Amino acid sequence: MSVVAYTNARLIDPASGLDCIGALVTEDGKITELGPEVCKDGAPEGAEIIDCGGRILCPGLIDMRVFVGEPGAEHKETLASASQAAAAGGVTCIIVQPNTEPVIDDVALVEYIKRQARDKASVRIHPMAAITRGLEGQQMAELGLMAEADAVAFTDADRVIADAQVMRRVLSYASAFNLLICHYPEEPSLAGRGVMNSGEIAMRLGLPGIPTQAETIMVERDLRLVEMTGGRYHAACLSTAQAIEAMARGKARGLPVSAAAAVHNFAMNEVAVGEYRSFAKTAPPLRSEADRQAVVDGLADGTIDVICSCHDPQDVESKRLPFELAATGIIGLETMLPLALELYHNGALSLLDLLAKMTSRPAELLGLRGGKLAPGAPADLLIFDPNTPWRIDEDGFHSKSKNTPYHGRPVQGRVWRTIVAGKMVYSDT
Amino acid sequence: MSDISPTPPSFRHLLGIEGLSAPDITEILDLSDKYVAQNRQVDKKRSILGGRTQINLFFETSTRTRTSFELAGKRLGADVINMTATASAIKKGETLIDTAATLNAMHPDTLVVRHPHSGAVALLSQKMDCSVINAGDGSHEHPTQALLDALTIRRRLGHLHGLTVAICGDILHSRVARSNIMLLGIMGAHVRAIAPPTLLPGQMDRMGVEVFHNMEEGLADADIVMMLRLQNERMNGAYVPSTREYYHFFGLDRAKLSKAKPEALIMHPGPMNRGVEIDSELADDISRSVIREQVEMGVAVRMAVLDLLSRHATNQPPIGPTDTLAGDGA
Repeated sequence: MSVVAYTNARLIDPASGLDCIGALVTEDGKITELGPEVCKDGAPEGAEIIDCGGRILCPGLIDMRVFVGEPGAEHKETLASASQAAAAGGVTCIIVQPNTEPVIDDVALVEYIKRQARDKASVRIHPMAAITRGLEGQQMAELGLMAEADAVAFTDADRVIADAQVMRRVLSYASAFNLLICHYPEEPSLAGRGVMNSGEIAMRLGLPGIPTQAETIMVERDLRLVEMTGGRYHAACLSTAQAIEAMARGKARGLPVSAAAAVHNFAMNEVAVGEYRSFAKTAPPLRSEADRQAVVDGLADGTIDVICSCHDPQDVESKRLPFELAATGIIGLETMLPLALELYHNGALSLLDLLAKMTSRPAELLGLRGGKLAPGAPADLLIFDPNTPWRIDEDGFHSKSKNTPYHGRPVQGRVWRTIVAGKMVYSDT
Repeated sequence: MSDISPTPPSFRHLLGIEGLSAPDITEILDLSDKYVAQNRQVDKKRSILGGRTQINLFFETSTRTRTSFELAGKRLGADVINMTATASAIKKGETLIDTAATLNAMHPDTLVVRHPHSGAVALLSQKMDCSVINAGDGSHEHPTQALLDALTIRRRLGHLHGLTVAICGDILHSRVARSNIMLLGIMGAHVRAIAPPTLLPGQMDRMGVEVFHNMEEGLADADIVMMLRLQNERMNGAYVPSTREYYHFFGLDRAKLSKAKPEALIMHPGPMNRGVEIDSELADDISRSVIREQVEMGVAVRMAVLDLLSRHATNQPPIGPTDTLAGDGA
């Protein structure tokens, strides 16, 4: 099989802290060697040479929270279209959420996703499976069997396990298998009918709000249950200063916990809702500027481990409704990298730390072999220029849905090549 | 009406009080005054909207607002059509945009809309070529109610600036409260909000409002007492413990009213819950209550708004091929 040498690259590997000019060689879909000395005296014989032109070569991004409409809502997004969007965004591995129709709460359905992904997708797709049957928050799904079928983690997606006893038993049971329980933390009765952040803007618009305390209370409850059970817990996306503070305290106590933040919650604040802009309706809701800043700080100080796109495709019809009735969700696969890079350009995070949150850290949490540059690791690679300026343009998106509030936003940093298992799946022309 | 200049106002739609300036509001109120006089004559009819079509599109039941808009349109000579959307039609989300497209194709000149969801009227206005008037959207705004309240106050007291207005009741869910708070603020009145904390948004002070949880304190030296309706389903323990308890602490009776200025006026947007938010006898006291006057002012204000917005429309044929309506086979 073919050997490819990526030369003249700035190699960045967050897992090892490597950041140097050098080359990387792949063979049979795996990385064979990399470093400043590699290919010094020419590439291996017969190798295809790709001159990276000094661009960054890093592990392909891993996106822990991606909603896809397959099965059930293929008109919004299929595994195939999501994988094209991912490839265009430099994402080589997506973790799809189980809130499909039917819900992925059974071994056969986990296998269905894997089969569909293998046959139709150009990037790696791993399913997260449901924690509770039908996402109803009552009866545990077959967590152990689905884990054996390669469900990488468990989540009730956008639903909340309101019953503390259920959550306690889930964490307790999952600890026996070392499973990762990924929870969307929002106290549902407090969130009520809320459709955006509670506050002055919601009051002026006459929209029911979701108080920040809804998130804080649920995170604090969950951390107590983790303390009680020893289960591995991951907060699916944090958006508030208080919840991030609670998470920091939980980590300081040595609990086996981690957290992610969605790009939206640091790339925008509630002002983006403006005059009922339903494209800015997302979950967790866009918060105040102080909360947005707390997300940035939480990423910088390590309280938040992972950046996810929260890619949630919705068709125009379900968005062109009065705000309260409009569907929740923003697509994010194709905008994750440039929006995350804003944190680097703003000086909030180093490039290594930033990329770690989209490569090595999610790989560690999920037990994936990718997410690093190392001999023997899968050749899932991203080559990008962190400085190229461009404007986000929804017309260029590969996703089936175009529900983005970022259209027209000037950003810096553009994907040049995306490689999955040694094969180029995206090339910027 | 000759001294009112026939220039279009600075706004094409009336979606809310937010965005209006003090001169805008004054212009509407000045014109409304003239329509009050006209409405008290035997011949109430004018033809300035002759040949124009007004559609009243109500996604929520309403008697007085719809009737008021209907009467206003008819007195100005417009052809008025009432459409009431059924509850099931509201649930089908696409209906709103589809309805807008369908109505737009009928070339109405004015669309008056009430909708149970905040922002729905603004959304609809984006799809319409004609003027759109918000007749109440969710918990957001009800601009003509605020205008008619302002007109009522101005006619009684001569001005709005410097008055102390106490708004009392379910402010959290009230579009009437939001519009009134904004309008009164723009016109320089002092606004107080009186309610239990469960019926107040958390950030009320950000709208320049002074908040009171004690009605006697809130009513002290008020010029105007504006009562809001409290819906029955909110009194069963969810927001307040009971009707009885609510009336005890927040219902307007003579004892509480005595804290306000001796000549303070009582207002209510209707429909009233007698014995829940207001003492029945007080509501009918013509020396204090201007509740029926508000209804009269409502027609005049709506005539003024219809008149002003109509000045945007010129009697020219539309430019370009707008008559082709693809797919209109139904």
